[in-house]
Amino acid sequence: MSKHSDVAVPESQSFLQDQRKRRIFGDVLVYILLGVLSIIWLLPVVWVFLESFNKKTGPYQSTFFPTEYTFDNYIKLFTERNILDFPRMFMNTLIIACFVCVISVFFVLSVAYCISRLRFRGRRFFMNFVLVLGMFPGIMAVVAIYFILKAMNLTDSSTTLFALILVYSAGSGAGFYVMKGFMDTIPTSLDEAAMLDGCTRWQVFTKIIIPVCKPMIVYQAIIGFLTPWLDFVMAKVICRTQTNFTASLGLWQMLQREYINNWFARFAAGAVMISIPIAILFIVMQRFYTESMSGAVKG
Amino acid sequence: MSATTLSPRAARKARRLGADYIPPSPYTLKNALTKGDVWTKLSILVFGLGNIMRKQIVKGLLLFAGEVLFILFMIFSGAYNLSMLPSLGDREQVQVKDADGFLHFEAGDNSVVLLLYGVATIAICLVFVAWWVMSIRSAYKAQCEAKTEGHASTLVDDLKALLNQRASATLMFLPILGILTFTVLPLIFMISMAFTNYDHNHLVLFDWDGFAAFKEVFFNSSSTVNGKLFLSVLSWTLVWAFFATFLNFFFGLFLAMILNRRTTRGKNVWRAIFSMSIAVPQFVSLLVMSQMLQPDGAINRLLKNWGLIETSLPFLTDATWARVTVIIVNLWVGIPYTIMQVTGILQNIPVDLYEAARIDGANWWQTFTKITMPYIFFVLTPYLITTFTGNVNNFNVIFLLTKGDPTPTDASAGKTDLLITWLYKLTVDKNDYNLGAVIGILTFIVLAIVSLITYRSSGSYKNEEGFR
Repeated sequence: MSKHSDVAVPESQSFLQDQRKRRIFGDVLVYILLGVLSIIWLLPVVWVFLESFNKKTGPYQSTFFPTEYTFDNYIKLFTERNILDFPRMFMNTLIIACFVCVISVFFVLSVAYCISRLRFRGRRFFMNFVLVLGMFPGIMAVVAIYFILKAMNLTDSSTTLFALILVYSAGSGAGFYVMKGFMDTIPTSLDEAAMLDGCTRWQVFTKIIIPVCKPMIVYQAIIGFLTPWLDFVMAKVICRTQTNFTASLGLWQMLQREYINNWFARFAAGAVMISIPIAILFIVMQRFYTESMSGAVKG
Repeated sequence: MSATTLSPRAARKARRLGADYIPPSPYTLKNALTKGDVWTKLSILVFGLGNIMRKQIVKGLLLFAGEVLFILFMIFSGAYNLSMLPSLGDREQVQVKDADGFLHFEAGDNSVVLLLYGVATIAICLVFVAWWVMSIRSAYKAQCEAKTEGHASTLVDDLKALLNQRASATLMFLPILGILTFTVLPLIFMISMAFTNYDHNHLVLFDWDGFAAFKEVFFNSSSTVNGKLFLSVLSWTLVWAFFATFLNFFFGLFLAMILNRRTTRGKNVWRAIFSMSIAVPQFVSLLVMSQMLQPDGAINRLLKNWGLIETSLPFLTDATWARVTVIIVNLWVGIPYTIMQVTGILQNIPVDLYEAARIDGANWWQTFTKITMPYIFFVLTPYLITTFTGNVNNFNVIFLLTKGDPTPTDASAGKTDLLITWLYKLTVDKNDYNLGAVIGILTFIVLAIVSLITYRSSGSYKNEEGFR
């Protein structure tokens, strides 16, 4: 090291080694970054929200944010039910989502527990099989699924809801990989202790693994609940009559060429209405992601 | 079981699999057929007979009921379904005049339905074979138990075992049933379509056509679906999936770590802000984005109002712009999910690992590369692979943002079309089911090659218990 740098070192070191200054410097950078990113992430959300109160109902306006605000879009969305019956679509989706959420969490937990904790013949085969299955494009099966439902007499307008629940939740067991990864990090000593105390494997599953997996269950529940709100390809093929539309299908319909000029503001209102149950759910579930839940097993 | 009782082959397998190895059951089909007594052998024809004779009445009756149901099914529809499978039907719908002089249609064969029923019947036959094996093995097991313990296991014992030693069977039954009917069956059905001439010219009646559809895609350069177009769509699909997966992962990881820093305040507020975009359903935000990015959309208007640009930026109308735009919009959609997932895992890293590292004098970078990253990769490799395949098959982002546009005239795929959206266009818009199925199979082959290689070499496959 040269003499020159010898002189310079104490100062720079004092800056870098001064924990407090370094931390404040880092914090400022972090807050600036987070601030900019939050604007990017919030902007479209805020835009839809404001657009839903826009007095002009068309899609392309001369200003970025609306100039006049009104509550009409919401009122019309829920009262003018003869063209697109949004309240009904909303309820359809909510019902489907609740069922899919429960069933898919149960399926994923069961499969993940078996794969992670139990050793049985065909286990490796099943894992590889599901992995291979996931590589087939899902869209490929959509038309085929419709034919299968038709063969099962489930495509009438009275059974469409049931058909959708079936379709969304049936294959969910294949999404066990993340949950299994989580369970793999739980020490097996817990299971062994419980088995020594006389627990059956079923009891180990319900009394130990499920409580420990809470954060991941939350994640899975969100995924399951969101499926019917997000999907519209499957719904589009299966729902043939408008009374059975899911909310996503209805919203998509509002942006089609024949509707968009009158319905764009109502589309925004509908989007806000859909986001509300999901947001509430999300805030409730958020607390599971706080640091208090850190670690499958503490200590 | 000691190594001496294992056959050399089983012993090799046991060494290779380690703790994963399960010794083969002594109640194999071969043993049952050679060493079984008369009741066990009669169970080959009458399912459950061996069980009933050993006082496992309920189990025996269930096995028998399965056999009866299958035979009834075969008599009433199964045999017909199988017989129609080779020809896929050839009766056309005809108009007949009935006695009163009214015209009415006499339904002809519908090849799609015949194909589906044929495939389903084959699946049911396979299940029946499995049922047959199970019933023989179960009869032999009952025989052995009766010999060694005086009586075969009772119904209560069997039910208890379903919650304990055989819990895997109980828990996996419904999920596997679901996967088989609504994932595997449709796939086999669609795959078989690739070998027919089910296209827009043959919508009701079609026939098996061997590899003609594959030839059409690869060797017929004059058709709208040709090898050159396939390669260009394929390369864009791979580029897209690579960027969509890894940019999402690294930016998400980076943000999650920043949010997880000890000194970052208001963690929950920041997390809530990023989660806002999850609360808005993905397809809504995509439709909104697509509206905002139109040539007359909100973003262009904003930039014009600020005087930054004169003419609209071609976000979704120029090929290169559109490709970059979909990747960036996908970051907007995907990063919050990554943050959510990585946060859970970051908090799950055992604290003592970090403490040990600190005591040993490791700096921040060393703990990051030696503890955080290996741990995250260990848990998330399967996730990364599924995300990659998910992105190759990411229908929503492309379809809702660009619909695959900009599309050159006369081409069946646009510049941002992935294989999956192309497949959708071919089947749903153009009714060329056989070509769509070919594209689907090719997509699968590409994905299988990419992901099996990565997965096989990942830590969480080789060493499942590494972090226990």
